[in-house]
Amino acid sequence: MAIGLHDSTFKNPVIRWVDQRLPVFTMIQKEYGSFPTPRNFNYFWNFGALAMVNLMIMIATGIFLSMHYTAHTGMAFDSVERIMRDVNYGWLLRYVHMNGASMFFIVIYIHIWRGLYYGSYKAPRELLWILGVTIFLLMMATAFLGYVLPWGQMSFWGATVITNLFSAFPIVGEHIVTWLWGGFSVDNPTLSRFFSLHYLLPFVIAGVVFLHVAALHITGSNNPLGIDPKGPQDTLPFHPYYTAKDSVGLVVYFIVFAFLVFFMPNYLGHPDNYIPANPLVTPAHIVPEWYFLPFYAVLRAVPDKLGGVLLMFGSIAVLFILPWLDTSSVRSMRFRPVAKWLLLLWGVNFFVLMWAGGMPAEGIYVTISRIATAYYFCYFLVVLPVLGRLERPLRLPESISMPVLRGGGPILAGAAAKPMEKA
Amino acid sequence: MMRGFRNLLGALALGAAAALNPAPARAAGEAIVLPDVRFSFEGLFGTFDRGSLQRGLQVYKEVCSSCHAMQQLAYRNLVEIGLSEEQARRIAADFQVPDGPNDQGEMFERAGRLADRFRRPFPNEQAARAANNGAYPPDLSVIVKARAGGADYLYALLTGYQDPPAGFSLGEGMYYNAYYNGHQIAMPSVLNEDQVEFADKTKATVDQMARDVATFMAWAAEPELEQRRQMGVRIILFLTILAGLTYAVKRKVWADVKH
Repeated sequence: MAIGLHDSTFKNPVIRWVDQRLPVFTMIQKEYGSFPTPRNFNYFWNFGALAMVNLMIMIATGIFLSMHYTAHTGMAFDSVERIMRDVNYGWLLRYVHMNGASMFFIVIYIHIWRGLYYGSYKAPRELLWILGVTIFLLMMATAFLGYVLPWGQMSFWGATVITNLFSAFPIVGEHIVTWLWGGFSVDNPTLSRFFSLHYLLPFVIAGVVFLHVAALHITGSNNPLGIDPKGPQDTLPFHPYYTAKDSVGLVVYFIVFAFLVFFMPNYLGHPDNYIPANPLVTPAHIVPEWYFLPFYAVLRAVPDKLGGVLLMFGSIAVLFILPWLDTSSVRSMRFRPVAKWLLLLWGVNFFVLMWAGGMPAEGIYVTISRIATAYYFCYFLVVLPVLGRLERPLRLPESISMPVLRGGGPILAGAAAKPMEKA
Repeated sequence: MMRGFRNLLGALALGAAAALNPAPARAAGEAIVLPDVRFSFEGLFGTFDRGSLQRGLQVYKEVCSSCHAMQQLAYRNLVEIGLSEEQARRIAADFQVPDGPNDQGEMFERAGRLADRFRRPFPNEQAARAANNGAYPPDLSVIVKARAGGADYLYALLTGYQDPPAGFSLGEGMYYNAYYNGHQIAMPSVLNEDQVEFADKTKATVDQMARDVATFMAWAAEPELEQRRQMGVRIILFLTILAGLTYAVKRKVWADVKH
C-alpha cells in the first residue's frame, strides 16, 4: 500500500474528504456494496445477519437494563421487579432482553445447522468456522452469567450446579470453584463478578464477530451447492440483492420475536425464577434454560461426574476439530446421499437430547440420553471420517450458474475443480 | 428459491416445536391436573375484569394479607385497577406504616400514603414463621408467575381443600390439599362462603372469591399485561404489512436475475 491519500471514487466532497484520509466508505462499498456473493443463496443464509442484529439488540437493551439493575444479593430480585413495574417501558426492555437470549440461540442453532448441512466448515473456511464456534461458546457463557443476575431460585441453583462442575477436576477442582465463587458458596461476590463479566463478554463476542466477518470476506460465502463461484456469472453484488433478501428474513424474525415478547414472554422461562433465591431451599428439579438442555443431557448421561463434565465440554470441543474430521471434499449434503440422512438424523437427535435434558435423570430418560449422546459423537467421530471415504457423491454441477441459466456462463479455464475425484 | 423458503419455514417450525415445550422437569409420580378456569385475561386479547380485580383486592386485604405480603406493590398502583386516587389514598391511610428515624432519632408509625408499598403483615421472615407454626407464607407479588399453572393453580389451591384419603398420614398442623405438591400444606383453608361482603353486592361464594383473588394476583404479577398486548397487536400488524412490502421489494430487486 502506498503512503498518501486514498484514491477515493466518491463524488460528494465531504465523503470524499473523509474517504481519502480514512477509507471507511470505500471499505463499506467493497464489503457490503459490490461484494461478490454467490447468486444461489437460500433463506438459510439470512441467519448470519440475523445473529448480528440480535447481538446489537442484546447489547442495546442490556445497557439500559444495567442502568436500573442492582448486583447485590439482597437487592437484585427487587431491582428487576422495579424495572418491570416502575421504569418506563422497563418491562419491554427486560422481556426483549430475556427472550432475545432465546431468539439468539434459535438463530445461532439454525446458523450452525446451515453450516453443517452445506459443509461451510470445510476448506478454505476452517478458521471462519472455528471463530464461529468460539462465538457460540462465548454466547453460552454470557447467557449462563445473565441468567444468574435476576437472583431467582433457578439463577442461584443453576449457578451452584454449573460452577460446581469444575470441582470434578482432581486436585485443582475445589480451588477453581472457590476462585470462581469468590468465597465458599455462591454469594454476593459471585453475583457482582457475574454481572461484570456478563457486561464484558458481549463486547468480546462483538470482537470475535468482527474477525468472523473479516475471515468470511476473505474466503467468500459458501452456498447451497457447496461449489466455488467460477466467475462473475456465478455471483451478484451483495447490495441490493442480499440486502433485500436479508431484510425479508429480518422482518419475519422480528414477527416471531415480537410474538414471544408481547404474548408469551415467560413461556420459555422457568416459574421458579420468580421465587427469590434461597440457599436453604433446593428446587425439586434444577433445569437450565432450554438452549442448554442438549448439553445438560450429555452431562447427565454419564454416571461419573468428571466423565460427564469432560463429555459435555467435549460436545463443544468436537466442533472445533470438525473441519478435519470430515474427510469428504464435497461440501453440500445435496450431493451426499448417505451423509445427508445421517446429518438429518443428527438434527433430530439434537432435539431428543434437548427433550431428555428437561426430564428427571432417572429410568428410561437416562437410557435415551445415553443413546442420543452416543449418536451425537458418533456422527462426528465415526460417520464423517469414514463415510467421506466410502460414500459415492452425486455428480456436482459444473458451476453455480449452470443449473440456473441452462448451459451456464462460460467456465473460466483452469477454474473448473474436480471435486468428484475422491469418490 | 421457494425451496429455500420452505426449508427455512421447516427449520423454524422445528425450532418452535422444541421451544414450545420448555420442558420443566416433571415431578416423578402422579400428575396433578389443574382445573381450567376461564379468566377474563386469558388469550391473546384478554383484559382484566375491573370488577373482579377490585373484589380480588378486597379478598386479599381482608383475608390473605393477614399472613402474606405483597411487597412489590404500592398503594398508588391501585389506581390501575380502576380505583380513584382518593379511594387509593383512603386505603393507604387505613394502614400504619413504620417510618423514621425522625429528628430525635426515633422510628415512628404514621398513616400510609400512596407512595408506600403494601404494608407487610410481619416485620421479617422469622416473625412470620413464629406466627405460622414454622411455615413462611410467601410474598404474593409475583406468585402467578412463580407457579406452574399460574392463576389456574392459585384458584385450584384455594378451592382444593379436602379430607385426606384413607391411609394418608397428615403431619401435625398440616392440611390436605388436592392440588398442592405432596398434598400437605401448612396453610389452612381460608375461604368460606360469605367471608367477605363485596362492595358491589356480588355473592361471595368460595368459587367467586378464589376466582377474584386469582385475577388480582395475576394483575399484581403482570400489571403491564394489557399495555403489552395492545402494543403487541399493533407491532405485529405493522410487521406483517412491512413483511409484505419487504417481500415485494425483494421480488422487484431480483426480477431481472435468473435464480
